[in-house]
Amino acid sequence: MANREDIMAKISELIGPFNNKGVALTPDTTFQGDLEWDSLTVMDFVAAVEDEFDIIITMNMQADIESVGQLSDAVAKLMEN
Amino acid sequence: MTDLLSKFDPLIQERENLLATGVKDPFSLVMEEVLSPTVAVCNGKETILLGTYNYMGMTFDDDVRQAGLKALEEFGSGTTGSRVLNGTYSLHRDCEDALKEFYDMDHAMVFSTGYQANLGIISTLAGKGDYVILDIDSHASIYDGCAMGNAEIVAFRHNDVEALEKRLKRLPPEAGKLVVLEGVYSMLGDVAPLKEMVRICKENGAMVLVDEAHSMGFIGENGRGVCEAQGVIDDVDFIIGTFSKSVGTVGGFCVSNHPKFEILRLVCRPYVFTASLPPSVMATASTSIRKLMHSGNKRAHLWENSKKLHQGLRDLGFTLGTPEAQSAIIAVIMPDLEKGAMMWQALLAEGLYVNLARPPATPANMTLLRCSLCAEHTGEQVDQILGMFEAAGKAVGAI
Repeated sequence: MANREDIMAKISELIGPFNNKGVALTPDTTFQGDLEWDSLTVMDFVAAVEDEFDIIITMNMQADIESVGQLSDAVAKLMEN
Repeated sequence: MTDLLSKFDPLIQERENLLATGVKDPFSLVMEEVLSPTVAVCNGKETILLGTYNYMGMTFDDDVRQAGLKALEEFGSGTTGSRVLNGTYSLHRDCEDALKEFYDMDHAMVFSTGYQANLGIISTLAGKGDYVILDIDSHASIYDGCAMGNAEIVAFRHNDVEALEKRLKRLPPEAGKLVVLEGVYSMLGDVAPLKEMVRICKENGAMVLVDEAHSMGFIGENGRGVCEAQGVIDDVDFIIGTFSKSVGTVGGFCVSNHPKFEILRLVCRPYVFTASLPPSVMATASTSIRKLMHSGNKRAHLWENSKKLHQGLRDLGFTLGTPEAQSAIIAVIMPDLEKGAMMWQALLAEGLYVNLARPPATPANMTLLRCSLCAEHTGEQVDQILGMFEAAGKAVGAI
């Protein structure tokens, strides 16, 4: 599960239940701007991603992650470590 | 020129919209006279206070006031200096001694406010490469303490033991870890499952800090807080508290049994780079803390008040933040800010003050009417309060 496509596919799957507006997902889709998530939704989604990949995405890291692509890259990097 | 205040335009607009509906500004109430811990005059009207955090009603205690007057007379109005320079008087030491007696702990450090205690202790303990693990609903002072330090911040779902455990297990075993919990969460008045959480922290090599701001003086056999009530106080590394609630004055503190604790006085910036509390504040705090050690009857009465109000509000049909009374805070959940502000104003017109709490201070974007009881509220006052809630609730269509 280390390649970016697989990670991105899994992340898209996890976004599903939170994608109330049915936004089409690309690597450039942003969580705040496009998906319009509030902080609570972000919290629930981050927890789902953390549990799926068995990683920790600290709040410091979250501050720099705005898009689906950036999240996929961050997850890939965290899984290497 | 870019107007740096333009970033607040949405908030300005929201306030204007709210005030345009005809409600008074709930965030600019003035108390013209304060008659007792439970009654003040607001807008010329005698008002029962049900939103002050003055849990033990110590603000008008005769011994407390006498101690303050004496210290003001003997030591003057202020210290004009830092605790590490000219700002430590015998009264500051005595206040720290009172805290050590109250908690039966080896060390105590007094800060100028509870906010600064969290800011200072968290930012100083957790440095670069360390982790702070905190409940997502933590108080602003805890988040600000995290923001001021250089540690990595990991949040977990509110009061979720399993979420905490999973995250602790994923962190590098050798990294320094500080888990920050609160005994009572002030928005909904719910209590943390500290027994399980503290055990999990210890099993996973984390130090634990518990903020007992809303439980000191009230919860636990000796009023030491939720960690005493749940039997884990000996496993907690640091307790943070405040003088602005049960103690009835202002100031903050940290107590600990850690043998190296005293070094924090030299390295904790919010402790060093600010003036110490005035002598009168130290004298009132010490006197109050020592009296709180022997206030079992008042604690029992406060529990009675809390349970009675909780039951009464439920019977009236209000939705509350907890299924039963867990602390001296009872949060009434309102459907939205406008309804909440209307209800707040209707209660004030009836002669009752509660806190209106709104996002971002509240969890899940809730608007809350937050009630905090006092041990000095009489049973009759609680009956009156329930009558006011019934009248106001019906007037604005909340029940």
